[in-house]
Amino acid sequence: MSLFDKFSSLASDREALLSVGFDPFGTPIEEVYSPTEARIDGRRIILAGTNNYLGLTFNAECLQAAHKAIDEQGTGTTGSRMANGSFAGHRALEKELAEFYQMRSAIVFTTGYQANLAVISGLTQAGDVIVIDSDCHASIYDGCKLSGADVVRFRHNNAEDLDKRLARLGERANNALIIIEGIYSMLGDRAPLKEIIEVRKKYSSLLVVDEAHSLGVLGETGQGLIEECGVLNEVDFVVGTFSKSLGSIGGYCASNHPELDFLRYASRPYVFTASPSPSVIASTRAALPILRDGKHLRKKLWNNAQKLYEGLSELNYELGPEISTVVAVMLDTKEQALAFWRGLLEHGVYVNLVFPPAAPGKKCLVRCSVSAAHTDEQIEKIIAAFADLGSLVK
Amino acid sequence: MSASYDEVLRRLNKQLETVAELNAEFDESTELVDGLGLDSFKVLDLLLEVEDEFDISIPMNVLADVRTVADMAKRIHELGPKAE
Repeated sequence: MSLFDKFSSLASDREALLSVGFDPFGTPIEEVYSPTEARIDGRRIILAGTNNYLGLTFNAECLQAAHKAIDEQGTGTTGSRMANGSFAGHRALEKELAEFYQMRSAIVFTTGYQANLAVISGLTQAGDVIVIDSDCHASIYDGCKLSGADVVRFRHNNAEDLDKRLARLGERANNALIIIEGIYSMLGDRAPLKEIIEVRKKYSSLLVVDEAHSLGVLGETGQGLIEECGVLNEVDFVVGTFSKSLGSIGGYCASNHPELDFLRYASRPYVFTASPSPSVIASTRAALPILRDGKHLRKKLWNNAQKLYEGLSELNYELGPEISTVVAVMLDTKEQALAFWRGLLEHGVYVNLVFPPAAPGKKCLVRCSVSAAHTDEQIEKIIAAFADLGSLVK
Repeated sequence: MSASYDEVLRRLNKQLETVAELNAEFDESTELVDGLGLDSFKVLDLLLEVEDEFDISIPMNVLADVRTVADMAKRIHELGPKAE
């Protein structure tokens, strides 16, 4: 058996994908005009699948900060945080994130993916036990794998199921690390955080909440689900990313546990990678107070989310379980989803195409994510495109 | 009293019938992925069902050493699930 045999099924899937003219899982974006528009396949397209929730990628203050950082500090750090890659900006952003969450400290990582890898594999090791929601992101699964700990899943968003599985662990549950997300990336549903915290109180487990898709989206100051639920002091570690609401790239973890700082020495994904570029740190620092004070952005974002969700619901599409900034349309087959995705693009709308197992269950998704920067007219155009394509699924 | 290996296998087979591809025939030597047509996430979901059926905790990392129906039955049996 050859090393390459495992690619044979991918090869046939890829052939079908390429039939649309280019690979949907690497759509060439030829030019970006704004947070919500780009040129794809030679045409002006509405971007409705970019996780750019607050639309800050072209914010003037963020752009200016990034330009200034490049001029003053160069294009890259060329080193790990542990070596020469801890510039003043990295430390300042960590302090600002800790203040934002009113927590003792925070650490910045190079990507959101690496934040989960670093936190999970740094906190746990072989012999420990991690309990995760079954719909957690791949970065959480990969962090678990890297840790070598025992990993137990519980049924998605089911606090009772979590309780049952913790009880089965006996004494080990008292030292378990529970991991959930604020908003789940594929269907846009929130975690039942208060119920999960009630369960966790029965044990002495630690709780990690990944706010990747809820930072800037939920809560008065945009802290995420922990703020919306008023449970900031009952969560041990908050993880998140800069690559969605903050419009750059990178990840973070904030905590009141002083042990968080030991990840700087004990976590391989922190130690063995180059730190974020100065311009990335600078634009993120500029974006954070805009996110914090951006009630008007959150209001517009949720108005857009409601309008899109209700519009597609009225067209009788099968959607995720609640109104959310992620609006996922569920389709039965890969062929149907691919044709639908291509049809949307022909109607001037880019969304994400998602196949199982990245999509939960057996369904395929055409996944929209809404932005505060979408105009009412753009949301109406997206709904109109879905209306025109209804015959593909009925 | 904990369940015998044969009892574990019988109860596991009953669960596999519900998740295997339509009309898939299998025995102890059948591979879960190639033989039953399960993808990696279907195997993980099967694990949730198995944990509930036997009221035990099976860390998903044990799957690294589980390829066949017999491998799975042995791992469950080692964890000493209660007899029916």
